Amino acid sequence: MIGRFNWAGVIDFLPQLMTGLYYTLLISIVGLVIGFILGGIFGLGRIAQSKVISSISVVYIEIIRGTPVLVQAIWIYYALPLIIGTELGSVTAGIIVIALNSGAYIAEIVRGAVQSIDKGQMEAGRSLGLNHGQTMRYIIWPQAFKRMIPPLGNQFIISIKDTSLLSVILVPELIFQGRLIAANHFNAVEIYTTVAVFYLAITLTLSFVLQRMERRLET
Amino acid sequence: MITVKDLHKTFGDNEVLKGIDCEIEPSEVVCVIGPSGSGKSTFLRCLNMLEPVTGGEVIVDGYNLNDPKTDINMVRTEVGMVFQQFNLFPHKKVIENLMLAPQKVRKISDDEAHERCLKLLEKVGLADKADQYPQSLSGGQQQRVAIARALAMEPKMMLFDEPTSALDPELVGEVLEVMKQLANEGMTMFVVTHEMGFAREVGDRVLFMDEGVIVEEGVPDQIFSNPQSERTKEFLNKIL
Ligand SMILES: Nc1ncnc2c1ncn2[C@@H]1O[C@H](COP(=O)(O)OP(=O)(O)OP(=O)(O)O)[C@@H](O)[C@H]1O
Ligand SMILES: [Mg+2]
Repeated sequence: MIGRFNWAGVIDFLPQLMTGLYYTLLISIVGLVIGFILGGIFGLGRIAQSKVISSISVVYIEIIRGTPVLVQAIWIYYALPLIIGTELGSVTAGIIVIALNSGAYIAEIVRGAVQSIDKGQMEAGRSLGLNHGQTMRYIIWPQAFKRMIPPLGNQFIISIKDTSLLSVILVPELIFQGRLIAANHFNAVEIYTTVAVFYLAITLTLSFVLQRMERRLET
Repeated sequence: MITVKDLHKTFGDNEVLKGIDCEIEPSEVVCVIGPSGSGKSTFLRCLNMLEPVTGGEVIVDGYNLNDPKTDINMVRTEVGMVFQQFNLFPHKKVIENLMLAPQKVRKISDDEAHERCLKLLEKVGLADKADQYPQSLSGGQQQRVAIARALAMEPKMMLFDEPTSALDPELVGEVLEVMKQLANEGMTMFVVTHEMGFAREVGDRVLFMDEGVIVEEGVPDQIFSNPQSERTKEFLNKIL
């Protein structure tokens, strides 16, 4: 059966798939970097003493967690421009979607990690005369960050896979390219298998890197 | 050095401190004893505002802690604190535990901080552990590091909340020894403790607390040998 398929022919489409891979990685990396910053801000915001700040954070997190990524993507690409009055390129929209979406989940990861640090650590810092911000920065955050790595890795992998949904808003990423090729050349098995392998390669590499990082930080 | 007037503290509608008056002189060692839940820790934590006061007045080294204009971080640099659970920073080496606050709060140079902190480690007998992480130390060693960490800020007084209660019995002595040495050097100390031997030997004054008030206070000999209050007698009978 396998022999029926023209696996060697995939090579002809590699350049196009590489373009797709480029956009998948671009959106994943830029989106997750922004998402991490958002997650830090809203994660700490959620446990802030100010009711206003923590309420804003809760609203953001709940809206994102309560709606599907696909709906978020379509809303940002097709609805948001009508509200703000400017077109968004599909890649820009894609980055916004991944950033906003991962940001909410990362916020919960940050909150959980910070809250898991023993209360005595904050008290010890404060009793030495460090202010709240200094204690956060030098004592709480470094310890919380270590605990964040496994769930963060998990979220990164989820977000990378979520980028495939962005094909519906015409982001020229991997699966978008794959569908173009397969529709024109009737090689769905070869192309979609190759696409799947690409995703697997990205996520496995990431897992590996994160595991090494975790082990290094343990000591 | 510390003046406490009619101190009240409530958690929700649970009144834990019900009017405490107390005066602590420079170089005095005051030991606080009393049953569990009597408010000893809460009292101690009010002295550096780890617990906000809900009524009355606390004046530390001339700073009124109730005054919103008081820079609480400033006050805390003058008041060292040692916790029952040590609360060392596990992600920092022993020497870094000591150096952090002097560097970030007092803004002294790295070299000076290192030198000063190494001396303090020598003082508590742990200079050879400077580059280890706290987890690799015994409980007694960790608590001595915690004392050195508090001293690194050169505080004018020290608060101890049951510093030996989390330790195996054979490790209690080394910590008390360090505290005794501090007391002999003239440090003002406020010590919540179950170590009656220490209170008796090192304390200048003993406060007996029960149900949120100071029931009785006096020199150790008087409290331990000739307590006036029934509640003090009962408590001492139970533990001695
Ligand atoms: N953060 C808090 N929130 C609510 N209640 C508290 C809090 N801290 C202490 N309490 C209550 O205040 C009372 C006194 O507690 P505190 O820790 O001061 O007692 P203690 O004399 O130090 O006891 P122990 O010898 O067990 O340490 C207890 O009933 C406790 O439940
Ligand atoms: Mg206590």
